[in-house]
Amino acid sequence: MENMVNIKINGVPYTVPAGISILEAARYAGIEIPTLCFLKEINEIGACRICMVEVKGARSLVTACVYPVNEGMEVFTNTERVRNSRRHTLELVLSTHNKNCLTCVRSGNCELQKLCKEFGVEDADRFAGRMPDFEFDDSAAHMIRDNSKCILCRRCVAACQLQDVAVIGANARGFDTHISSAFDKDLADVSCVSCGQCIVHCPTGALREKDDTAKVFAAINDPEKFVIVHTAPSIRVTLGEAFGMHMGTNVQGKMVAALRRLGFDKVFDTNFTADLTIVEEANELVERVSNGGTLPMITSCSPGWIKYCEHYYPTELDHLSTCKSPQQMFGATIKTWYAQKMGIDPKNIVCVGIMPCTAKKFEAQRDDQSASGYPDIDYALTTRELARMIETAGLFFPKLPDEEFDNPLGEGTGAAVIFGATGGVMEAALRTAVETITGKELEDVNFTEVRGTKGIKEATYNVNGMEIKVCAASGLSNAKKVMDEVKAGTSPYTFIEIMACPGGCVNGGGQPVQHAVVRNFYDLKAIRGAALYEADKNLPKRKSHESEAIKTVYSEFFGKPGSHKAHEVLHTSYVARPKYK
Amino acid sequence: MIRSQVLVCGGTGCTSSGSKAVLAAFEEEIVKQGLDEEIKIVPTGCFGLCERGPVVIVYPEGTFYSRVQKDDVAEIVEEHLLKGRIVERLVYKDVAEDVKTELKDGFDPSKVSLNDTIFYKSQKRVALRNCGVINPESIDEYIAVDGYAALGKVLTEMTPEEVIKVVSDSGLRGRGGGGFPTGRKWSFTAANQADQKYVVCNADEGDPGAFMDRSVLEGDPHCIVEAMTICGYATGATEGYIYVRAEYPIAVKRLEIAIEQAKEYGLLGDNIFDSGFSFNLHIRLGAGAFVCGEETALMTSIEGNRGEPRPRPPYPAVKGLFGKPTTENNVETFANIPQIILKGADWFASMGTERSKGTKVFALGGKITNTGLVEIPMGTTLRKVIEEIGGGVPNGKKFKAAQTGGPSGGCIPASLIDTEIDYDNLTAIGCMMGSGGLIVMDEDNCMVDIAKFFLNFTVDESCGKCAPCRIGTMRMKEILEKITEGNGTLEDLDKLEELALYIKENSLCGLGQTAPNPVLATLKFFRDEYEAHVVDHKCPAGVCKALLNYTIIADKCKGCTKCARNCPVGAISGQVKQPHVIDNSVCIKCGACMDNCSFGAIIKG
Repeated sequence: MENMVNIKINGVPYTVPAGISILEAARYAGIEIPTLCFLKEINEIGACRICMVEVKGARSLVTACVYPVNEGMEVFTNTERVRNSRRHTLELVLSTHNKNCLTCVRSGNCELQKLCKEFGVEDADRFAGRMPDFEFDDSAAHMIRDNSKCILCRRCVAACQLQDVAVIGANARGFDTHISSAFDKDLADVSCVSCGQCIVHCPTGALREKDDTAKVFAAINDPEKFVIVHTAPSIRVTLGEAFGMHMGTNVQGKMVAALRRLGFDKVFDTNFTADLTIVEEANELVERVSNGGTLPMITSCSPGWIKYCEHYYPTELDHLSTCKSPQQMFGATIKTWYAQKMGIDPKNIVCVGIMPCTAKKFEAQRDDQSASGYPDIDYALTTRELARMIETAGLFFPKLPDEEFDNPLGEGTGAAVIFGATGGVMEAALRTAVETITGKELEDVNFTEVRGTKGIKEATYNVNGMEIKVCAASGLSNAKKVMDEVKAGTSPYTFIEIMACPGGCVNGGGQPVQHAVVRNFYDLKAIRGAALYEADKNLPKRKSHESEAIKTVYSEFFGKPGSHKAHEVLHTSYVARPKYK
Repeated sequence: MIRSQVLVCGGTGCTSSGSKAVLAAFEEEIVKQGLDEEIKIVPTGCFGLCERGPVVIVYPEGTFYSRVQKDDVAEIVEEHLLKGRIVERLVYKDVAEDVKTELKDGFDPSKVSLNDTIFYKSQKRVALRNCGVINPESIDEYIAVDGYAALGKVLTEMTPEEVIKVVSDSGLRGRGGGGFPTGRKWSFTAANQADQKYVVCNADEGDPGAFMDRSVLEGDPHCIVEAMTICGYATGATEGYIYVRAEYPIAVKRLEIAIEQAKEYGLLGDNIFDSGFSFNLHIRLGAGAFVCGEETALMTSIEGNRGEPRPRPPYPAVKGLFGKPTTENNVETFANIPQIILKGADWFASMGTERSKGTKVFALGGKITNTGLVEIPMGTTLRKVIEEIGGGVPNGKKFKAAQTGGPSGGCIPASLIDTEIDYDNLTAIGCMMGSGGLIVMDEDNCMVDIAKFFLNFTVDESCGKCAPCRIGTMRMKEILEKITEGNGTLEDLDKLEELALYIKENSLCGLGQTAPNPVLATLKFFRDEYEAHVVDHKCPAGVCKALLNYTIIADKCKGCTKCARNCPVGAISGQVKQPHVIDNSVCIKCGACMDNCSFGAIIKG
């Protein structure tokens, strides 16, 4: 074949596509070449030197991650020379590494630790010497940067750049090189959007979310407190990964069982307020369209996106839906309607969200998010923090029984569950909006045009003779493209969904960390997202407005969508933010 | 009618020794003497003999005045220019033996020209041919010495393939250090189709003590403009960038002038010589990072990013500047191009050795009499460069080694002084040509200290991207510090070598891959010095302070107290007229006592 080349890896002949890297070719041969810095397409910098292999005839070792195969190439991946090289690299990296591994959040899940074991590093202090001055930054609401554990692979930098945020990068040079913000400013003082993509790309414990598990355990232990937990749509398809289960396994039942066993008083589903969001947002859209409001209207579920818009498009905030995110709507509804209904003082309610997202921690602390006079949400935990709580409690997750959410806020439709994937909010909104406008039941609820992991998806629908052009963008560099049009006044859309993280919440910054070797060869967001669409397919109700719980909450409390009460409780406001403080 | 020209060197060396004032004094003095209609004062680029600067040459006699100060100018103007009497005391007298013999009645300064001096006689100026000859700020002077004729020939008589063939046949290899065949490099870029290609001139000369490229840019900027345009034509590029250090303000200014003048004359810009070929040049200033001399880091820097190397492949010829096919050569390489085009490949290939053709410019520095710039045919022995052209090691000291290639290079020990300098011979002895820094060391230099000096430099200049260079060089430096402080062990030497070999093989770019060379070379040729530090706790050259003790020989000490009075830390005690004693626990090894002792009673070791 024309585009194939014949190579040998460790003496065995293979025919592989021309132009692929040695790393990829080795996968064909069933050989995993270790990498640290390499992230396919976004960080192909050849900096960490851990993937060095021998190529016959080459002057020195070459980096398998970026070195293309060519006809007749002979590669050796496991020679003494290669092993020595990798061991030396690890020993040197360890010489500037904070080796408090026993207390590290990534212990057992650290890519550096794994490689040290694999390459038989025996003396972590063999090249001990002076250490750089490490920066420790806990200024941000959502995360901690501990440069003493940073190995300068720059995956975080690439992830941040991919988000078009780029608030971190290499500063100083040589031995003093370190990752930080411009002028070494604190993360809280720059335009970090809290998306957490840096964290899920970090191979070590240098980047981590602020851990709120102790506070949640304390609340559970406090007899005064009524502790309610609710889980975002995507958690059910990612939590299993933290316990060694296959990517894309739906563990909803076991997750509910675990939460109950952790001692939460009520285990609810954020899907309830995802449905509520759709009803409110659809109403807002209809109002904007009929009353000449600001269009296109853009979704507001993703707090990373909201913060990005506030920093980078401060003049375009009118386009944002005023609806609070499902997390915040949940807390707000719990501490008003539910508290009233159950006769509990909202002061004593602790509302905990389990989120795929680190920006949710920031969102929980925003102004104008306390409908009851108390913060709507007390703690936003990431999927990873929940996994740690389950570990702490000694629950053997895979063996837990499958249980159901509590009522009445445990009900969610198929429309809600797909919120966790890019295009899901758009599809959910369309299911409701089209039926509302036409007054007719949809023949097919599947709006497949807005599905899939493509960064920007657009579709045009003809509803009652009205042409509605919509767009779903995920990843902030895609958001930027869409927003530049909005800012220029040339955006062709009526309604836009934007999710901060590429692929949406399934690939959120609070999700279980998958090593680069997994990220490079599997499309995480597609696998996890597919599980959500599968869940949608199997649910009896797939349209938000058909949820019984939603009907109840409107009839008992809010009246109708967009009512004064709904505005008081379920809507919020935004502020323009500078790029640097 | 101009009857005489006075050339005043405006190169960096002479500028720093006061040539600006000399130039101003000449301008003023000829007016005062009413000679401004007959005498022309020409500021030029570097002559090379920086040690003897400021340098002034008076034509048509060709009288070579050295170390001219502004107070000497009135005398030169009155005596030489007005009365025709050469000012003998200022004439450079170090002429070749055979010239002296020819001048039967001994030394006659009026008959000695520049090329008769020992310094110049063995040199062959190709890259530096116009330096010190023309006014670099005048395109007319450049044209008068066949400037832009090569470009004219290329655009009107030759196809791009023919140009590349001439360059290939000449055997020219990259003068930036790597020695890659220039013609082949050009042919790679030419072979790649793209909507845009680039030519880049690497003028980010960063080796400590090297200033070859600087001198070419300051002394002959037009030849770079011309050569880059030729390269553009040959490779199919229409845009060029010169990446030059911001620390070279004179070079930058002269390049800017040259580009403007060339544009004005239609030698640069759109449709040059009506040939349909267009070429534009831009200058980018480097912020002083050594790594930006590495070709991919340089391009990353031009693109506006942090100057860091990128992995190769893809090579610049495929994916270079802004992701487009790019040819990058250094200044000296380009400086050879117009001559090769005009005089032909055979002419160039007739100079040099089998696999290293042409000449090479070296910046001579260190323990050498004639500090400065020399251009020699490839294959000249190191002995000739040091003993003849360089005037030998001063103060009767013994030559120990020559360091070439700066922080990427190695050293040539005295035992190999007869090595013929070319790419392959230097590589064979574990050294490298580098960009042309040549630092001479004598018996007072400690080779461990030299290795530490260069490693300090790389540690400072490592970009920090890859682990071997970022961390490895620091660990090597720490071991060297340990050794020079007297705390080293024999195991440290092994570890040093182990790290050096690892860093060489595993670093991302040339900076890291060559950073251990100074250590490896000194370990190879001067292992005994390392061992003296480690085993005997002695620094044989008496450089490493921690291993140094000053002692007063009681028999010689007269008790004059001068040493004690000059000791800044009060480490010396003793009665008047009684032998004194140094307390080594207090002594800071500054050497003030030894310098001040009139009786030779203090020794170090």
